[in-house]
Amino acid sequence: MYGKGRIIPALILFLGLMTTPIWYKSGDVSKMPKPEKPKDYTECVAPVQYMRTSHMVLLNEWRDDILREGGTRVGKTANGTEYVRSLQNGCMKCHSDKKKFCDTCHIYASVKPYCWDCHLQPKEAM
Amino acid sequence: MDSKRRDFLKIAGLTAIAGIAAPSAFGTLLKGEANASSAPAGGHGPVAPTGKRYGMVIDVRKFTENPELANQCISACHTIHNVPDFGNKKDEIKWIWVDSYEHVFPENTQYKRPDALKGMPILTLCNHCDNPPCVRACPTKATYKKKDGIVGMDYHRCIGCRFCMAACPYGARSFNWRDPRGKDANGRPFIKEINQKYPTRMRGVVEKCNFCTERLAIGQLPACVEVATPTKALVFGDMNDPNSEISQVLKTSFTIQRNPAIGTHPSLFYII
Repeated sequence: MYGKGRIIPALILFLGLMTTPIWYKSGDVSKMPKPEKPKDYTECVAPVQYMRTSHMVLLNEWRDDILREGGTRVGKTANGTEYVRSLQNGCMKCHSDKKKFCDTCHIYASVKPYCWDCHLQPKEAM
Repeated sequence: MDSKRRDFLKIAGLTAIAGIAAPSAFGTLLKGEANASSAPAGGHGPVAPTGKRYGMVIDVRKFTENPELANQCISACHTIHNVPDFGNKKDEIKWIWVDSYEHVFPENTQYKRPDALKGMPILTLCNHCDNPPCVRACPTKATYKKKDGIVGMDYHRCIGCRFCMAACPYGARSFNWRDPRGKDANGRPFIKEINQKYPTRMRGVVEKCNFCTERLAIGQLPACVEVATPTKALVFGDMNDPNSEISQVLKTSFTIQRNPAIGTHPSLFYII
């Protein structure tokens, strides 16, 4: 092969650079976010798996039901615990630390929800 | 042979068009969607009331007796709902406010009228119209009329086009030109004391009175009514319930409304 002395190292360098994003963060992939769960409560308003994937859908359903249909503001968990169907006055009563709960996953997944443009997080310093 | 195939294709085509078009045309007609008028169902004459319809009577005489009361109502409302005070008239956000008689009732400003009415301060707020022009104007359905007669707003959907502000004949809507959570040049926050139980708004949305729908849901009266209850200056209730206090007041007192001639059917009544 003509010029093999330069081509092969150059190819290796090229492949190495191209795959940088894959191996650069390879150690972090196993570091899944660990949102801090409330200590005083053991169950959420819906099964954990559903909350993980679809909490934003649930929030939208609550909003539309309460604002437009005059739906109930109080819900019951599977074990009969009453909760307020509200982000600010419901969710954040148990998940009282936004940074340790919401933000851990949202930063990992690089999503920027606009909830806090209007809603207030607990004890927010304004 | 060719001409026969041609005829066959023509008939087949026409049949297909008729088959597709007829059910949808019938469906539209039978469902009654093809209205000749955009007027709400019921046409002429009063429609039998169903469900709740919240309304309010504002007894202006009581406010004249107690000039401080109006400001107390405004401050109660604006504190509870995190309404910002931008400190200038141009950017003003108001859910409930005081204006002069001439501005509130321009259709009742006869040349000769009692001196007391001239420049008289009148408390006013969103009329929660039965036929709300703002709801018709909103392109995103961010504002809507609920079953209980309250004209509500979903700030998540508001795109800040301000069509509703142009449509509202009563000036009941305000636009957030600035960030309500910001601070003025002197470092004073626009919302003095944040109520942690109610959200704020963001820059670029329209806001207005919601008849305290969040308080009604937990069995409380609207904030302004609660302040005015000892003086009975504001009476709030279900106008469709003949035994409610507001129905009794409306039955026994002569009231006027803001520009009723335009057919918005306001839910606010004034005793002058």
